[in-house]
Parts: sequence; C-alpha cells; structure tokens
Amino acid sequence: MNAVAQYNFAYLDEQTKRMIRRAILKAIAIPGYQVPFSSREMPMPYGWGTGGVQVTASIIGPDDVLKVIDQGADDTTNAVSIRAFFAKVAQVETTTHTADATIIQTRHRIPEKPLGQGQILVYQVPIPEPLRFLEPRETETRKMHALEEYGLMHVKLYEDIARHGRIATTYAYPVKVEGRYVMDPSPTPKFDNPKMHMSAALQLFGAGREHRIYAVPPYTEVVSLDFEDHPFTIQHFEEPCALCGAEQVYLDEVILDDRGGHMYVCSDTDNCEERRSAGHVGTLGMQEAAE
Amino acid sequence: MDSTFEGGFANPVFDAQTSFRAIMDALANPGTSRQLAETVLAQGPLSAELASTLLTLSDTDTHIWLSDSLRTAPVEAFIAFHTGAPLTRDPSRATFALAANVDELPRFEQFNLGTQEYPDRSTTIVLAVPSLTGGADLLLRGPGINDHIHCSPTGLPEDFLTQWSDNRELFPRGIDLLLVSQGHVMGLPRSTRISEGH
Repeated sequence: MNAVAQYNFAYLDEQTKRMIRRAILKAIAIPGYQVPFSSREMPMPYGWGTGGVQVTASIIGPDDVLKVIDQGADDTTNAVSIRAFFAKVAQVETTTHTADATIIQTRHRIPEKPLGQGQILVYQVPIPEPLRFLEPRETETRKMHALEEYGLMHVKLYEDIARHGRIATTYAYPVKVEGRYVMDPSPTPKFDNPKMHMSAALQLFGAGREHRIYAVPPYTEVVSLDFEDHPFTIQHFEEPCALCGAEQVYLDEVILDDRGGHMYVCSDTDNCEERRSAGHVGTLGMQEAAE
Repeated sequence: MDSTFEGGFANPVFDAQTSFRAIMDALANPGTSRQLAETVLAQGPLSAELASTLLTLSDTDTHIWLSDSLRTAPVEAFIAFHTGAPLTRDPSRATFALAANVDELPRFEQFNLGTQEYPDRSTTIVLAVPSLTGGADLLLRGPGINDHIHCSPTGLPEDFLTQWSDNRELFPRGIDLLLVSQGHVMGLPRSTRISEGH
C-alpha cells in the first residue's frame, strides 16, 4: 500500500459524483434545460474547464478512452493539462484520434469527423445562460425559460440585422433544442451548430463557475435561431487548409510575417494530421515537402 | 451473516460508475436496455436491480419513497446503512421512488412533477418489472431516438399510455421512469412520446 494519500478514482469524491450524476440524468431528460449543481473547487482555475472536468470525472470509467481538445487542437495547454490530469487521477487511456475516443472533452469546437453512437462529447462552458447578456437577473431568465418567453433573443438578432444588415453573431450562436429550450452551445463557432443537430453522440455541457449542467441527447433536434428572410448560415472559407487542402472545415488564420502574409489551417488538428498522413497536401504543405 | 451490512457494491467506486453509465445510456437512448453492475444482492423484497440503482444514485441528499412491500425493517436498515438516505411516505416529496411491482405504484401525477422554473426537481421512478421484453409493443419517438424504436416491457400500469401522455403533456415538468429487470435497466425520460406499436 502506498503510504502517500491517494485521490479517489477520477479525483472527485463519491458523493460529489452522485450529485453530478443525478444532475446529468435530469439534464438528459429535459434537453437544453440548465440543471443547477453544486460545483466544486477543482485543482485548476475557473475558466480552464472546471465544469467539463467535473462532468468528465463523474462519467468516466477505467475502460474509457479520453480525448481533450481546445479550439480543435489536441496539443494546446488546456487540452494537454486536462488530458494529463485524467491520465493521472483516473489512469485512463488517452488519445488524439476522434474515432478512438469514447469521451471527448472540448473547449469551443466540435470535431470535424462525425461522432458515432456511444461517444460522449463534454463541453466546457463559460456562460451557460444564452439570455444572460440581455437580462442579468437569474430570477428573470429562469422565468423566461419557464414561460418559453424568448422574444428578447429574437430582438437581439433583429438588432444585429438592423445595425449590420445580417446576424453578426458568429460564436455561441443560440439554438433551440427539441422545440422548447433556447440553449447556448458554448462559444463554439456557429460553423459547428449544424453538427449538434441529430448527432449520434450524447452531448453534455458543464459550467463550473456558473454551477450548471445541461445536455443534448443523441438524435435530438437542435435548430439555430434565425428569420425567414435572414436564414441561418455558417462561415465559409475562400481557400482550403494550407497544410492538408481540406475544404468545408473550420480554419484558423495564422500570421506568417509582418508584411501581411498569412495562411489558413485546420482548427481540428487530428483531422488535419489524418488527412496529411493519407497523402492530402495543401499549398504550403507542398512547399514544405519540397524544401 | 447480517444481510444489512452485506450486499452493497463489492467495489463501490467502479460498480457505481458501471451502473451509472448503464442508467445514463439507457435514459439517453430510450427504449433500449443496459446492464447494471452485477455485484449487488437482492435484499429480501428489494431486488438486486433496485438495490443497484439505489446505491448508485442516492445518498443523504435524496428522499426515497418505497412501495408497500419494500417497507420492511431489513430494507429500511439496508438503505440507512448503505446510503443514509431519508425515507418519505409522501410520493410528492420523493427524489427517487422505488416500486417492487406495478400494483404498488401510485399514479404518476402523485409524485413530484417539478415546477416550471425547476423541472429537474421531479421524482425519478424506479419500477421493477418481470421482463423488459415480451409485453405489449410500444412505439417510442423523441430525443435520444433515431426516428423511432419499439420496446415491449411487461408489468406496466394498465392505463400506461394515458398516464404517460398526461405526463408528456406537462413537459418540461414530469416524472422520469427507469424500468429494471434481470440485471438490466431501460430508461423512459419525460421527453419520450409513446404510442401503441401496432
């Protein structure tokens, strides 16, 4: 026996896990409704994904394979440290391959590769309340959800059109779940909204600082709010990924020099790597190979 | 051997995780069944499946309602020892309601249905049924279901479809139902729409 005190499996104590598990079950039963839960202090600051980490810690088992992404990337600080955290406290296998993972914890992206049945996507959520910037009082927003009173959200989108000629919201774009609750999809680019609709995977959302858990079960209707004459559209990119040549994926702009040089590369690093190893080459990828 | 102290999870952390994932997957995929952790023993009238669900989800924060045949001293002692959960006789106060069979189950509307502001505060009913297959064919639609799915659990209330559609009508309020039998659990969340299969 190790003399050093050990953490419980997956860090959280069992009573905390039960409390979070009960919240997850209610969240699944009421798609899009934010279930309050008693969020715990985690060994990382708020804003680093404490909500997602608590959800993952409550569902994960020794047979799970975990993938963690931060803005689509497996190799950024947040993703690396959360993956290392679970490798340490739950001794689970980790992966960067979307298809191999049973649980994918994400900060602000949905993988490009369609998720399958049995996979669980855990979102880290900063502000779970889609109406919060329109109405600061929790008592009021709770009543608005209860009465299904979402006119204010449409007014906000309409004001976008009046001011900019189009709906200018590009991330955390509000959705309606199963025709009932308006939900914040977390600050994912609106490019990812269509992937939530009728996804085969279970989607769980954890907001640690704001003490909320919500869920979208598999095969659930998720519709982005819009107007008949201003239908919802996703971002389009003029050029393909410079490394792997992928089109119809979400791209990040990378500045190359101080003379305006730039390139667009896949935000989903795993998808990009898989494409490159399968022989796909983008414009800059080719140059790289020639040098 | 004192059965009060025996019969909990052999491996509390991992068995609870196994059973929870079974329950979560069952609720996220209504009409399908999942296997609960196997190490729990029946405690007299409290079946192994009811005990497994209870140990997985309840503690001092959850009020438990027991159906008549479960209200025995050994079952109550088992619950007190393993979970510390307070018991209630009032179905409208129950976080979890455990029913040994359908004859002892009050109508759904007598349980806590939650409020419009806090629909999550409603009761989750855990009903032991003889079998999750072989009963009348039911057609399920709703979240978690790829278009539609059939299931046929036995041991449901006679007017189940009426009670269920009344419950569905209340959405987002309403009870959630877990059916347990032969080591397995089937989930019927309030969001599911159920009609006759034929």
